[in-house]
Amino acid sequence: MNREYTLKDMKLLSEKAFDIKAIRHGYAMRTMHIDAGSLEVTEKAVSQEMKEKLTGGKGFGLRLLWNATKAETRWDDPENEIVIAMGPVCGNTNYPGSGKSLVVSLSPMTGIPIDSNVGGYFGPYLKFGGWDALELQGKANKDLIICIDNVLGKVCFYEAPDGIPRDTHILSDILTRAFAGNEEAPSADPDKLQAISVVSAGRGAEHSPMGVLNFSLYDRRRKGIRVKQAGRGGIGSVLRNKHILAVVCRYEGVKQNKNDAADPAAVQRLGLKLHREIIQNDDMQCKMRRQGTAHLMEVMNDYDLLPTKNHKFGQDPRGNEIASWVWEKLFSQNLPDGCWYGCTLACAHAVDGFELKTGPYKGQRVCVDGPEYESAAGLGSNLYVFDPEGILELNFYCDTYGIDTISFGTMCGFLMECRELGILDKARTDGIELEWGNWQAAAQILHDMADGKRFGVLAGKGVRFLAEYFAKEYGADPSLMKDIAMHGKGLEQSEYISKESLAQQGGYYLTNKGPQHDEAWLIFMDMVNNKIPSFEDKAEALHYFPMFRTWFGLQGLCKLPWNDIEPADNGKWPESNKVPDHVFNYIDLYKAVTGEKLDWDGLIRQSERVYNFQRLFNIRQGKGHRKDDYPPYRAMGPVLEDEYLAREERYDKQMLDKMGVDPKGKSVQEKIRITREYRFAQYELLVDAVFKRRGWSKNGTPTPEHLKEIGMDMPELLALVKLREQQ
Amino acid sequence: MIKYLKLDDSKCIGCMACVAACSKAYAKEDNPGKARIQVLRLGSGSFRLVACDQECRLCVAECPVEAISINRQGVVMVDQKRCVGCLACVAVCPSGSMRYYPLESTVFKCVACGICTKVCPSDALEIAEKEESKASRFPFEVLEALKAKGTQQ
Repeated sequence: MNREYTLKDMKLLSEKAFDIKAIRHGYAMRTMHIDAGSLEVTEKAVSQEMKEKLTGGKGFGLRLLWNATKAETRWDDPENEIVIAMGPVCGNTNYPGSGKSLVVSLSPMTGIPIDSNVGGYFGPYLKFGGWDALELQGKANKDLIICIDNVLGKVCFYEAPDGIPRDTHILSDILTRAFAGNEEAPSADPDKLQAISVVSAGRGAEHSPMGVLNFSLYDRRRKGIRVKQAGRGGIGSVLRNKHILAVVCRYEGVKQNKNDAADPAAVQRLGLKLHREIIQNDDMQCKMRRQGTAHLMEVMNDYDLLPTKNHKFGQDPRGNEIASWVWEKLFSQNLPDGCWYGCTLACAHAVDGFELKTGPYKGQRVCVDGPEYESAAGLGSNLYVFDPEGILELNFYCDTYGIDTISFGTMCGFLMECRELGILDKARTDGIELEWGNWQAAAQILHDMADGKRFGVLAGKGVRFLAEYFAKEYGADPSLMKDIAMHGKGLEQSEYISKESLAQQGGYYLTNKGPQHDEAWLIFMDMVNNKIPSFEDKAEALHYFPMFRTWFGLQGLCKLPWNDIEPADNGKWPESNKVPDHVFNYIDLYKAVTGEKLDWDGLIRQSERVYNFQRLFNIRQGKGHRKDDYPPYRAMGPVLEDEYLAREERYDKQMLDKMGVDPKGKSVQEKIRITREYRFAQYELLVDAVFKRRGWSKNGTPTPEHLKEIGMDMPELLALVKLREQQ
Repeated sequence: MIKYLKLDDSKCIGCMACVAACSKAYAKEDNPGKARIQVLRLGSGSFRLVACDQECRLCVAECPVEAISINRQGVVMVDQKRCVGCLACVAVCPSGSMRYYPLESTVFKCVACGICTKVCPSDALEIAEKEESKASRFPFEVLEALKAKGTQQ
């Protein structure tokens, strides 16, 4: 049992009152700015222009971040911000997946803006006080706890008590109970506990740039805290660098239509329609309600897409040891596991009563959130770990230490491969034996990351740094390091094998923030169903899907209820992979909430504005060149001989059929070289086609004509384009 | 024991007296859309009565805010104050007994009060009792299983 804290334990440093403002048609038309250094709170009005051009959510986040920072700003400068923005549709309780916040910041991993989509109650609670976004800027001297009280209308700054536990599963529990309670005692009243949401990171985020933000929610049935992660790009590290221990938001009285929809009956109707579809179809489709995203495990293994041994292979006979049915048995069933009210897709599963085997909480029974597919693949097969208990242990500690499971999994896979290649040994890893499958070794790295000592500090810097370091310090072959360090722009790739899908290579690496699957997932369309054979087809998909999927982040929506559930007759529609019926739902939902007009083209246009703005933001920060958009070769094809030989038949056949070269009599090295040259040439052609389709120059700069067409030809943006094209 | 409204479709003559009485009692207006009992006209000239059987309790398990609970008589009750109007219970209800009315922010259902039984001219409705079944224990078994796993903080 941990020590309880009350508000009396926290020294109040400053308090600022504000007027609670009602939402009108999805918008509050104001944002909150908090300076963690000066403890000042400022309200900023949202202009009509900002609303029209950038819509909300990620659009607002990027705009505010742009205004607050400069081209020279680094992630750990006080002026860097964490912006949490909600979007107009966020917070309605009817349409599944409507509780998302978008978090943006200048990333410690990439140096450019990162954006991350996260559930939990914080975003909606923040919004219901009358805020479209929250900017956190500045840097405190001592650890700070900030409470935004949307019941009483005040922001309170507290000095964090000395010795308060900083790992998320304890800290968010302590703070939830303390802020739900009064000066004398923490609360145990579920109604009061449910009114609190905490954003925090964890000790790991203090020592590594791959820190996450954990957004909490109080789970009434489990009588405990659950957390959802704004995972990618190190935003948790920014939080801890600012000496912000936690941001708490309190709101009571969630009701249907707190969002003040223009047509609330339509919101109810659309929500109910999707609820019914989910209840009827989910068991026959993705089983999200029973398995969550872990339903993908065996599918990916079957199609040679499950990353195994640092993305070297896509399949393993042991794959079924971590298949969906294994997780289904471990997850507690028949609970409404949504991360916001009214999400019947309810994919946020958890393993209850899991006994930890390592680390500071060894022997304790805890609730492990997930694992999601990405975590199970990254911490599992990619490390050749096929022990579900090992995956759960790593998942738990990643979460509570505030470490991104994807970056950590990809990084550990890289380390294990370096050990296999003889680059690392026990002397170089402080005694940690990094052989494949040794999850205890991975756990030790995590514990060291949390403690900020030994090999954990080096490992936690991520694969881009490590690849260069191993080449420089340990004499590793620099080109081999570059080939197998799975990152783009400094961000570790998420967990799908993209070797056999050129379109997915683009889906990963022709992204604004780095190789993350949330922009486009085209593997089945491209590789399995061969629906986008030409470069123009692929370019069209790499325009449409990133734009379409960006839109969720503008609205405060989750992507999963778009295509992880489908109408039973979806296959009858032309372009069924766009799930047209659901697209029309979204258009109707937006219209119902905001009262504004929208059609399908208009939806894509809303995203295009923000997407191009983000590209220009990268350019302002000195990045966003064509050369920044290339994958490591491991993401495109076989790097090593055994990698080639594992799929020799496939590669040989492609050589003959596609390249017109007879593989007979050629050495494996020669065949690897020929395949590599061909695939890089293909990628070049893809980049040309995609940039053209997106309205960008050959170097990847949005053209003035395109900016004019999409209504983003503001002078400051045009000046930036001019400057870049002159370079 | 579970108290519930026992329905006999074969006796229903489709007069809608039950619907009117229910709606007037709870919504203060005669509006079939607001009644806790529904009379559906079937093509064959017969009728189907729809009201909660108080037994499956899928809505109790589905509610994200625990606004739906079982009272001492075994009746499924909605706490209007706690309800966030998400309509998940409406979607999960296998008989269409959990209802909502457009623009109203909470849901409603039959609570086996018996008002309708008093106005039915053909004895199609009565308040009855039945034993707990496996289905009715379902949501509580879920919670028991969770407790058995025991998570400590």
